[in-house]
Amino acid sequence: MPARIGVVTFPGTQDDTDALRAARVVGAEPVPLWHRDPSLHDVDAVILPGGFSYGDYLRCGAIARFSPVMESVIAGAREGLPVLGICNGFQILCESHLLPGALIRNAGTLFINRDVKLRIGSTSTVWTSDYEVGQEILIPIKNGEGKFAADEHTLDELEAEGRIVARYVENPNGSARDIAGIANAAGNVVGLMPHPEHAIEELTGPYPGPATDGLAFFTSVLKQMVNA
Amino acid sequence: MTENAYQVDTVSRATETPETEQPYAALGVKDDEYARIREILGRRPTSSELAMYSVMWSEHCSYKSSKVHLKQFGEKAPEVDFLLVGPGENAGVVDVGGDLAVTFKIESHNHPSYVEPYQGAATGVGGIVRDILTMGARPVAVLDPLRFGPADAADTHRVLPGVVRGIGGYGNSLGLPNIGGEVVFDACYSGNPLVNALSLGVLKKSEIKLARADGPGNRVVLFGARTGGDGIGGASVLASATFDEDKPSKRPSVQVGDPFMEKVLIECCLEIYAEDLVTGIQDLGAAGLSCATTELAAAGTGGMDVQLDLAPLRDATLVPEEILMSESQERMMAVVTPENLPRFFAICEKWDVIATVIGTVTDSGRLRMTWHGETIVDVDPRTLAHQGPVYERPYHRPEWQDSLQADVPDSARLERPKSGEQLRETVLRMIASPNLADKTWVLEQYDHRVRGNTVLAHGEDSGMLRLSEDGLGIALSTDGNGRYTKLDPYFGAQLALAEAYRNVAATGAKPLAVTDCLNFGSPEDPEVMWQFAEACRGLADACLELGTPVTGGNVSFYNQTGAEAIHPTPIIGVLGVIDDVARRTRSAFETEGEILLLLGETRDEFGGSEWAHVVHGHLGGLPPKLDLERERQLAEILIAGSRDGMLSAAHDLSDGGLVQAIAESCLRGGHGARVVLPSELDLGNIDPGDIDPGNIDPGNIDPFVALFSESAGRAVVAVPRSEELRFTDMCKFRGVPVARIGVVDGDALDVQDQFTIPLDELREAWTGTFPALFG
Repeated sequence: MPARIGVVTFPGTQDDTDALRAARVVGAEPVPLWHRDPSLHDVDAVILPGGFSYGDYLRCGAIARFSPVMESVIAGAREGLPVLGICNGFQILCESHLLPGALIRNAGTLFINRDVKLRIGSTSTVWTSDYEVGQEILIPIKNGEGKFAADEHTLDELEAEGRIVARYVENPNGSARDIAGIANAAGNVVGLMPHPEHAIEELTGPYPGPATDGLAFFTSVLKQMVNA
Repeated sequence: MTENAYQVDTVSRATETPETEQPYAALGVKDDEYARIREILGRRPTSSELAMYSVMWSEHCSYKSSKVHLKQFGEKAPEVDFLLVGPGENAGVVDVGGDLAVTFKIESHNHPSYVEPYQGAATGVGGIVRDILTMGARPVAVLDPLRFGPADAADTHRVLPGVVRGIGGYGNSLGLPNIGGEVVFDACYSGNPLVNALSLGVLKKSEIKLARADGPGNRVVLFGARTGGDGIGGASVLASATFDEDKPSKRPSVQVGDPFMEKVLIECCLEIYAEDLVTGIQDLGAAGLSCATTELAAAGTGGMDVQLDLAPLRDATLVPEEILMSESQERMMAVVTPENLPRFFAICEKWDVIATVIGTVTDSGRLRMTWHGETIVDVDPRTLAHQGPVYERPYHRPEWQDSLQADVPDSARLERPKSGEQLRETVLRMIASPNLADKTWVLEQYDHRVRGNTVLAHGEDSGMLRLSEDGLGIALSTDGNGRYTKLDPYFGAQLALAEAYRNVAATGAKPLAVTDCLNFGSPEDPEVMWQFAEACRGLADACLELGTPVTGGNVSFYNQTGAEAIHPTPIIGVLGVIDDVARRTRSAFETEGEILLLLGETRDEFGGSEWAHVVHGHLGGLPPKLDLERERQLAEILIAGSRDGMLSAAHDLSDGGLVQAIAESCLRGGHGARVVLPSELDLGNIDPGDIDPGNIDPGNIDPFVALFSESAGRAVVAVPRSEELRFTDMCKFRGVPVARIGVVDGDALDVQDQFTIPLDELREAWTGTFPALFG
């Protein structure tokens, strides 16, 4: 039985197809999950993909967190279920208080679609164990509200606890302390503004490459499941 | 407003009050058109009927000025076996192999984008995407060819950022990759920017949907967004005649889009299609409910009864005339059998989409609408949809055309750079000019990756998508050149087609079919009409010769301010198919030591060129000569080179000529090039007998011409040394001139005996322009 990775579709989700493909590419069984259905269908991990859930009305991710599926995701995450929130998914995790801080409008205010270099800060999460600390990887960003913000105390705490999963080598949007992604204290919940699911194939990944630097997020979690 | 303030104009009232004056002129209906409506109905129209005729017989919906010219695309269409749906439907459908088909179409949203750049451009994307959805397809890509006034003009700084944000804001929110398009500046577009949008969708061949209301007793369902007061052009005039003046009717005439609603509507429709729950479907675009009901009825059994008061409204004060004309976005109309209704509604409920049965298909041959029980419309729908006026507008060749063409930009008329230093300066100036400069500032605002099938996007000769896991894919390019078309409308349109065709072939795909957006000035100006007639004739002739039929498109007239029309600007989209996207050809020079070959003939051709435009602000002479047979041979070479693994890179030569193409390929690949200009090389292994001596006589081509000429039918390619002979033999066999012009090498663009520009300096010039202008 391959491990099952669930991908949630909210109304307005865009990158669910890509996240499902990423699960398939690493050999997991991709399982579509629906926002109104509270059942997680026995998945071993959950991805909250990118997009504009509920049209980003009110605030990015603010409405999605109240959907039936999120009650189950939040409960599961507290018990150790691996959860990766990408872009809008990261915003939803912050709105759900599974992760601290918030994502706000980019410095410069424009939507940015760009391949950016990240430096891995922690490999002690279930989603990053296949990377090396300090490793530089190329992953696309595409967002208008991707600037990570938190109070100084929270930022200090994230740093002290080694929960900054990845930082921008060149900060594209004014994110506090160059933060591109963070984890919860247990390391099972990761929020990431860049899109690793868009860097999994030579054919469609960043050009010029490396094109497949995003794969290790998905192989990491797969290994955890196999080892569990 | 009180209930009594508005008195509904019913059919019986219209019959009883034949003398009532109607504001038809203010709605854009001409005297003879109004008389014709009265003749058709045998009475005066009700105000609702008048509203419907005014929008359905408008230029935009009826193509009354263009029809007589557009029919050539059918009459001269090449015989092909892959065209599943041709012009006339919401979009053409092309068989791309296996059980898959694609549908694609381009449209304009020029005028709204000038008035309100963000919403105008956003709803332009939304509208064309719904056309694609209506064919039964999942929309999978958009492309946006754009034209603006001068890059440094104040108004361009109002329009361009809004248009770009609108395209990104709407397209990104739909989850559609933006894989191509253009950004072009010219003073002629001041006050008349062109915002064209192309969308493409994928469907199973067996699942094509058509816009027809068949089967008496079937239900007519309106679903999606509620109808509001936005996008009602001209309705204020109706209001002044019969409506309460206290009514709060200051509504935008530009539609306001909600991409979230459209995204949900797309997914909802696709789920409905997957269960085969509709017998016909139509989107609500221009002319809204008027158009959807009449087109569905006219194409189907022929009759429909509609209870207009059942339409869900965003603004309860709307009256029937406004509801009929509203262009509120994100609405669809489906024809559903009574048995399928419960399932149809269940899917709409799943997606939180409002759906309402507002009518029934009949075999009466009449489109009847009631408003709270009273009949307000009773017409033969075909008179609205198909029997509108057709104009043979007068046209004649402008008197100035001869003098324009006689103003040839030869070396006596325009001073040319001669020394290596002058050439070097010209290269840097050209590559930094707005039309040739790097467009990253724009493109970073579009998502080109979503859905994970984008193989090529901006910066390549065409966009390319994977359609299925076995590697089947499509390529798409849009091109147009208003300056060429102004100099010669017939050949200008053909050159636009040739460039898009060449761009598709350069990536390794086989060009199949065409969509066109014909942007012109006023059809009431005989000189503009001549440009239009010539462009249509040219395009139809070239499509026939290249074997690429026009599958659909759009005409945008009245792009002019006062007497000043834009350059005639046909934008041509060419669709190609590729059996394995893994063999795509990129434009970047990626490997040191590879050989650079120039394919095609270079002539002294600067009429309408980017060089004449940038350096001298000059427009005159003739556009580059076009040889369609040569274009076809060149395309076959580029496709075969990709298929047989001979090509490492290919880039079409167009605006800015050879040096622009080489510079772009160098910068994309991060490798320099050592170039030896054609004047100093021999003809390689080409048989001199194959070559038109007037055209590639090495002695006649000076370095300036070699670098900047915009002769058509050319490409530059990079080949591994091991493939050079095989490739040049193929060119020789097909009679396409090939010249070895250099090698991929180093970190500078070096033109032997002329100049050297380090890549860093070249990159700085190329990438600095847009951030400096708009950043």
